[in-house]
Amino acid sequence: MSVPVADLQQKAQWVWRETLAIHRRAPETRLASSLSAVEIYVALYYGGVLRFDPRQPLAAERDRCIISKGHGSISLYPVLADLGFFPLAELQRVCHSGSFLGGIPDPVIPGYETVNGSLGHGLGVATGMALGLRCQGRQEPSVFVVTGDGELHEGSCWEAIMLAGHHKLDTLHLIIDDNQISMLGFTEEIVGLGALDQRLASFGWECRRVDGHDCLALQAALLEMKATRNGQPKALIARTRKGRGVPGLENAPLCHILNPKAELLDSLLEQNP
Amino acid sequence: MSPIKPLAMRDVLLYRIWLAMAEDPRLFFVTADFGSPILDKIRADFPQRFINVGIAEQNLINVSAGLALEGHVVFAYAIAPFITMRCYEQIRISLALLSTVRPMNVNLIGVGAGYSYVVSGPTHQCYEDITLMRALPTMRLLSPADHISAEALFDRCMASMGPKYLRLDAQLVPVLYADGPPDWQSGLHVHRRGDTLCLLATGYMLHTALAVADRLAAEGEQVGVIDLFDISHCDAELLHAQLAPYRGIVSLEEGFRGRGGVDALLFEFIARRRLPARLLNVGVEPAYRFELGSRAELHEQVGIGPEAVWQAVRRFRDSL
Repeated sequence: MSVPVADLQQKAQWVWRETLAIHRRAPETRLASSLSAVEIYVALYYGGVLRFDPRQPLAAERDRCIISKGHGSISLYPVLADLGFFPLAELQRVCHSGSFLGGIPDPVIPGYETVNGSLGHGLGVATGMALGLRCQGRQEPSVFVVTGDGELHEGSCWEAIMLAGHHKLDTLHLIIDDNQISMLGFTEEIVGLGALDQRLASFGWECRRVDGHDCLALQAALLEMKATRNGQPKALIARTRKGRGVPGLENAPLCHILNPKAELLDSLLEQNP
Repeated sequence: MSPIKPLAMRDVLLYRIWLAMAEDPRLFFVTADFGSPILDKIRADFPQRFINVGIAEQNLINVSAGLALEGHVVFAYAIAPFITMRCYEQIRISLALLSTVRPMNVNLIGVGAGYSYVVSGPTHQCYEDITLMRALPTMRLLSPADHISAEALFDRCMASMGPKYLRLDAQLVPVLYADGPPDWQSGLHVHRRGDTLCLLATGYMLHTALAVADRLAAEGEQVGVIDLFDISHCDAELLHAQLAPYRGIVSLEEGFRGRGGVDALLFEFIARRRLPARLLNVGVEPAYRFELGSRAELHEQVGIGPEAVWQAVRRFRDSL
């Protein structure tokens, strides 16, 4: 099942608003990291990129999508609920006692594949999945991983990048939410990642760049990547702005740990009914 | 001494895996650039299901997890301290934690328990792994004492899902199970029954326990000897029944003493079950050392050689 939506950008606006609303009710959630990835999730799930069936989240033929930057995927909750992975009403209970939707998503949530949020694990697990599927002679399910750019400070990511390139895993797709800010500031000032595309290319990856808030550009790039089987794993560097659309938060070096005031959130929610 | 010639634990286990790979397409073998002669056969005969991830233990674990999620039965292979400690968070997150919600069968083969890499020193020796693997509630910790029981680990690995850590000795050790491997379901095997004392050992230390028991027997004292080979999930009722008659119990492990290993398991067990016995914990003196010597010499230096244990057990007996 895939759900192409005529106006992806409109859907993204709804997801952005729902993410704000969740954070308003559950301030423990990471808002800024979740807002930079809104359009990435929208393009993946509504843009006809991922194959999935909300009634059978672990169906054998599904595309695997690992959200390695788990903390930054509160914005995926409304997407999964809207698509029917779980009831929309669950969004009211994020971080409540008894809810399965926590501040960091767990694999008990329908639609999540693995343990996420401890950074640097998703890409290696995805590499193993792609190797297993290839060994079974299955070219069809694609494997997607969403990481942050700061997450690439984890050496384990590069162990996986090297192995995937060496084994020419062309069903593996890495989407980097390149918001360029980790917890304590700009990644470039903490440990610069340099020319990421060249670094990935040197390990045998095919690499593209895209405006990570342009749903149509994301959709086009992802569909093209998925359709290409050329012996190279694919990476998409999606340039984004952390905390997008929230004054005081957007692109602020410490936005990871800033919580906007309730009044600001209320007024943003009012302006965007 | 058994007439059966000892073989390397890893070779007999890998041979079983090699045989099974021909029949079962689910089996996958992943190594972090660590080899063995049998591994060359696996590599040659099953290139699609053999992966060397390179010297990259973190990726070894995560790739193994991904393969297991796709339905493969995975054997991951490296030197014991590296496959347990270099990648502990990967084991915790992608195996121990994830396997509680997704069916996964990943078997970590760690070669080099205790001092078995004798001259390589503390980097390659392994005295912390029992403690660390015990801390993960879903991890099964299996510690064979000879190659017959190591070979039988294969069936144990195939029989149940979940993550398992196989703690193998790197050296040849004498055969103890010439009549067949122990019952893996029970998790322990009684070698001897004693009067007031029982030695409970795992891995290589079972040989030390038997040597000490022989010496005490020659002095007129029968002591019990138990092999604890399933350190995480042994049959608690059987263990209770076996330990209940004794006034003194001695734990023996080739790992740090008093740091949460087999001794901690027994201290807790004795207290919780209100057993009347006192416990003497024999393990490696908890310090890092750089002395070179034979395994026997190193064992005596850190208090776990047959002479040191014999003396300690006699003192313990006299104090009861």
